[in-house]
Amino acid sequence: MEEVIAIAIGVLAASGVWLVLRPRTFQVVMGLCLLSYGVNLFIFSMGSLFIGKEPIIKDSVPQDLLHYTDPLPQALVLTAIVISFAMTALFLVVLLASRGLTGTDHVDGREPKE
Amino acid sequence: MMAMTHLIAAPILLPLLTAAIMLMLGEKHRPLKARINLFSSLLGLGISVLLLQWTQSTGVPGSIGVYLPGNWQVPFGIVLVVDRLSALMLVLTGIIGVSALLFAMARWDGAGSSFHALFQIQLMGLYGAFLTADLFNLFVFFEVLLAASYGLMLHGSGRARVSSGLHYISINLLASSLFLIGAALIYGVTGTLNMADLALKIPLVPEADRGLLHAGAAILAVAFLAKAGMWPLNFWLVPAYSSASAPVAAMFAIMTKVGIYTLLRLWTLLFSGQAGASAYFGGDWLIYGGMATIICAAVAILAAQRLERMASLSILVSAGILLSAIGFAQPNLIGAALFYLVSSTLALSALFLLAELIERSRSANEMPLYDEELMPRPMESLQPPKGINLDDEQKAVVGQVIPWTMAFLGLSFIACALLIIGMPPLSGFIGKLGLLHALLNPLGLDNSGDIPVSNAAWALLALLILSGLASLIAFSRMGIQRFWTPQERPSPALRRLECVPIFALLALSILLTFKAEPLLRYTQAAAESLNNPERYVMAVLGTRAVPSPEARAAMLEVQP
Repeated sequence: MEEVIAIAIGVLAASGVWLVLRPRTFQVVMGLCLLSYGVNLFIFSMGSLFIGKEPIIKDSVPQDLLHYTDPLPQALVLTAIVISFAMTALFLVVLLASRGLTGTDHVDGREPKE
Repeated sequence: MMAMTHLIAAPILLPLLTAAIMLMLGEKHRPLKARINLFSSLLGLGISVLLLQWTQSTGVPGSIGVYLPGNWQVPFGIVLVVDRLSALMLVLTGIIGVSALLFAMARWDGAGSSFHALFQIQLMGLYGAFLTADLFNLFVFFEVLLAASYGLMLHGSGRARVSSGLHYISINLLASSLFLIGAALIYGVTGTLNMADLALKIPLVPEADRGLLHAGAAILAVAFLAKAGMWPLNFWLVPAYSSASAPVAAMFAIMTKVGIYTLLRLWTLLFSGQAGASAYFGGDWLIYGGMATIICAAVAILAAQRLERMASLSILVSAGILLSAIGFAQPNLIGAALFYLVSSTLALSALFLLAELIERSRSANEMPLYDEELMPRPMESLQPPKGINLDDEQKAVVGQVIPWTMAFLGLSFIACALLIIGMPPLSGFIGKLGLLHALLNPLGLDNSGDIPVSNAAWALLALLILSGLASLIAFSRMGIQRFWTPQERPSPALRRLECVPIFALLALSILLTFKAEPLLRYTQAAAESLNNPERYVMAVLGTRAVPSPEARAAMLEVQP
């Protein structure tokens, strides 16, 4: 399972970085989205990965560390998801404003000279 | 005593509440919102001053106030901490916030919607970032202040603002991702996010995990250094700050200081002398990175043609000096650096406000000087478009000849320049002198042990003086161009409200010149307590949660 998650994070981050370095604003937005997905998975995996373990104490499960997973990274991921979602929405608004003001979707606000 | 601990949360809650009221008031009632905003900002400043006095007066070792917002025992719940350093930053934020707001109330707050709500949220993020003692909460407050700053950065709209805002936002979103990766790595290695707890856990990290810990800390530091404006992570800063509207840019003068504050706080806690194998990790990076920043910014300042741009570059110079000074991990140097931080932040804020007033007459009357060919007509959108008057009373912005305005602008410009260059007689000189003195006497004057001054210290000393020379050349050229040209041009019409904040900021700097000793004592004490992180750790970890009413009743029953 660790390999799969690691490869997934790697692919997300790599494609995110590549897209962020592209010259069109929409590609940058997509890149930032993919990067934040990769980061969220990364935070989640930092709490060590388990299948079928409870994050919060349950009555029918014995109360020791063997039967539970770390709930903190999950809480952190939730916060990070909300924040990155909001920031992406805001970035989209600025993108549209920039497109409207400059008439181009290049990140510098003008087409490169040939 | 009890009331004072509750007051620690007030600087965060007050702006939050005010912002909520602003949003409920909607788009109308701008004068009312401005008044509420001013009242709330002044109250916030008052609270900060109270907290500062409190850290001075209490007999607690290190004078550290701890507040548990959720009433959970420390490593588990979130915690707010005020010590000398955070109290100083709180007061500085309060002063700059009130000044920027007063300036904005004259004209700028009408240039777009929701200025006042965003302004309060920005204050909340700043206060929160200075108070929190938890890595993840720091992230949340960073995002709060960044989200508000994105809105404020675009305030007034226009092409230059939107295109530099686009860069500003994407760089900061990337930096936030790095912040999260770093925080997650540190959590993965140490199992805690509480700063005090981290300080205890880091010496105990096994050798196999140390590389991972250092990688996490380095990634985290990249996020902070991008915020603080270290070369080569600072290319976004100059276009963004110099195209932001004047009151917003004045607020942004403290934003780079947030990065510097967090670096100082985390680095002195996490990688102090007691951190075992990790002691002073990355110190050289700070020293040489700071020096590279000074060099690049000082060269660029010589080429700058616009006053806003010069002000942004001066921010970079001071950021470089501060980063480099922190990297030496030398208490008396950090104390001097904190004094320099206060003095330069006040002066830079005043300069941003002043720049708009000085450039106002130029941009309205003549063709703008092109700063560079790359950005065609950089001036077009920095001022509101012609024909649109933002004033409530629709008075002419330019045209009335009032003799005192040019005198005021000229004198204020000279004062700002003296402060930023670090020439006598103003407080900038005292700040720089303190830095030079601390560099040459690594142990302080009392210990006359002959420790040779290191090469890095000599290099920083030379750079301090050379960057002052570069600023001197640039500022005198700018002053001659703006004030001594024989060409007749109408002096700008200034509002009283626009002059008051500049006057207040400069008066504070002049006061600092005469009353430098108390502040220097204070910053030295702050640096001293940063040098002894165990006091901070003890104060935070030693705080007990308030018992519930039942538990307290049970205790009272047992006692008699």
